[in-house]
Amino acid sequence: MTAEARPAPSGSPLLQIDNLVKHYGARGGARKPAIRAVNDISLTLRAGETLGLVGESGCGKSTTGRCIIGLEQPTGGRIVFDGKPVVHGKRTALTAMWRDMQYVFQDPFASLNPLMTVFAILSEPLRLSGMSAAEAQARVAELMRLVGLAPEHGNRFPHEFSGGQRQRIGIARALALNPKLLILDEPVSALDVSIQAQVINLLEDLQERFGLAYLFIAHDLSVVSHICDRIAVMYLGRIVEIGTREEIFEHPQHPYTQALLSAVPIDDPDLRGKRKRIVLQGDPPSPANPPSGCSFRTRCWKTTEVCAAEAPALEPKPHARQAVACHHAGVLTAEPA
Amino acid sequence: MVHENSGQPLLSVEGLITEFRSAEGMVRAVDEVSYQIWPGETLAVVGESGSGKSVTAMSVLGLIPRPPGRIAGGRILFEGRDLLTVTPGEMRAIRGKAISMIFQDPMTSLNPVLTVGFQIAEAMLAHGDMGRTEAAERAVELLKTVGVPNAPERYHQFPHQFSGGMRQRALIAMAIANRPRLVIADEPTTALDVTIQAQVFEALRLAQAETQAAMVLITHDMGLVAELADRVVVMYGGRVVETADVRTLFHAPRHPYTKGLLASLPRMHERSERLTPIPGAPPSLVNRPSGCAFHPRCAHSAGRLPCRTDVPVMREIEAAHWSACHYAEELRQSQERVEA
Repeated sequence: MTAEARPAPSGSPLLQIDNLVKHYGARGGARKPAIRAVNDISLTLRAGETLGLVGESGCGKSTTGRCIIGLEQPTGGRIVFDGKPVVHGKRTALTAMWRDMQYVFQDPFASLNPLMTVFAILSEPLRLSGMSAAEAQARVAELMRLVGLAPEHGNRFPHEFSGGQRQRIGIARALALNPKLLILDEPVSALDVSIQAQVINLLEDLQERFGLAYLFIAHDLSVVSHICDRIAVMYLGRIVEIGTREEIFEHPQHPYTQALLSAVPIDDPDLRGKRKRIVLQGDPPSPANPPSGCSFRTRCWKTTEVCAAEAPALEPKPHARQAVACHHAGVLTAEPA
Repeated sequence: MVHENSGQPLLSVEGLITEFRSAEGMVRAVDEVSYQIWPGETLAVVGESGSGKSVTAMSVLGLIPRPPGRIAGGRILFEGRDLLTVTPGEMRAIRGKAISMIFQDPMTSLNPVLTVGFQIAEAMLAHGDMGRTEAAERAVELLKTVGVPNAPERYHQFPHQFSGGMRQRALIAMAIANRPRLVIADEPTTALDVTIQAQVFEALRLAQAETQAAMVLITHDMGLVAELADRVVVMYGGRVVETADVRTLFHAPRHPYTKGLLASLPRMHERSERLTPIPGAPPSLVNRPSGCAFHPRCAHSAGRLPCRTDVPVMREIEAAHWSACHYAEELRQSQERVEA
């Protein structure tokens, strides 16, 4: 297989998600309320683009990723990848799709089979795709070089590698069949700080070289702001704001985005006490029992009656280019109470 | 807060060596580590996994399991008294009273079958001459201090009824219950979401304002260091490689590791084309590089012989700024060139 660059972004998106819904436990009768992990999410992703999916634990960002790749069966909605609808529950259709869409997991210690050598891990998808043993051997060496590992270490087991190297193995496995889309689920958050930058640079190089699209799921906003072209901010199963990197980071319109950004510690002691920090009250509500109307209203300093009565639609606002789901969207002005 | 750092330090770790027995033989996790902390100060100890930052703190607290661990050298002076020579009973009287701790994982630090309020009150009953009613009242006050809403109700709840952020606040309340002089916080916000982290920072600040305790903040998060610390100790491969006040450390680091670490961080609001990583990986303790442990990854060493053969000692490069690099002076020159 060659490593040719893929065609430039064209008209139709590589991935289109319409009204994705994922509820857990809904079938168990009325005794337990369903967990509404993902509530009506729509997204598009173009070839070669990096879309960041950010939010705190429990906001549904990983569930969204797992629905897209078919590890979870959505409760509702439609996912179209590369012109074809994703057919959940049909193994053969999914297997065919996985040639073009792959997943990189957060924990490089748990996502590699400890009993398989790196060579076996990387050659498995190649052999399953019908490649001969000789071809697979050459391709494994190529993949290992691609992610910065020495091919002669192919006979080693995962435990013989450091965390950063293991994440490189996970990335090499995802790249084995020349996919078009990688879903990266917190790919650097388990790594030491000095190693994170290595893996981020590697991901950027690979994207440039192969024209890969990335769905980058993360909670670390500094990393997201570095690597993503567009960003979707999630809260309690919904997208509350989506826009370009600049729109989200420089001109956030949703109170939650503003709070999230202000909460990130900045590594400059001179800014201490000079930044306005919004400390949100309380914890996110349970997705089993979300508040009426806007799900953020229980922690929001702008909330009014309309917020409880009506769920805000994710739509562009007159004063901003990005789409925001808030009745009171606007630049941060008043000090939160 | 600026500290004059005059007078006697509250805690002085001097040449501490902590070793563990392992399949590969004795492993030195902490290798001649020295640092001081003065009353009321916040000292950040930063480093990556395996740098020895947590093992140093566990040694101070007398919590190194023996065997497989042992403290093979050094002194730990707390208010002038060597904690390595006190009896286990005396150590128990100090730990949780004069020195308290906050760990990373609030779920495993709380007893699941006792109410949160009781556990905070128990910390006071174990050390104080306080009655049960008084301890319970103060526990409710402490929960309020660290920002737990409905404290009187929360007092009677169990840890599983608390969210992660609330549990961490309960632990902070417990840590300051006996008005300690020193709080050791080991990655206190690492397991938490960012908006919850911000709440816990506030709780830590309030707790410190309330008790005037000094705090050793162990972390790998340079953002947290910049926001909370007065002084910083940087550890690498089981040794201290640099100490300075927080502004000097961020603006004029004098150790290539510190410099590399700061340069490798992605930053919000500035999209540089490429990050500048430190090559390689942190050293394994079993097979530590000769000379300076950082030399195989060092951008500044350029393969010079002393880096490979001689372990650099900590030197005071300028007032109150120490670095363990053979060529620390050159780093200042390059800094000045950048500024010129």
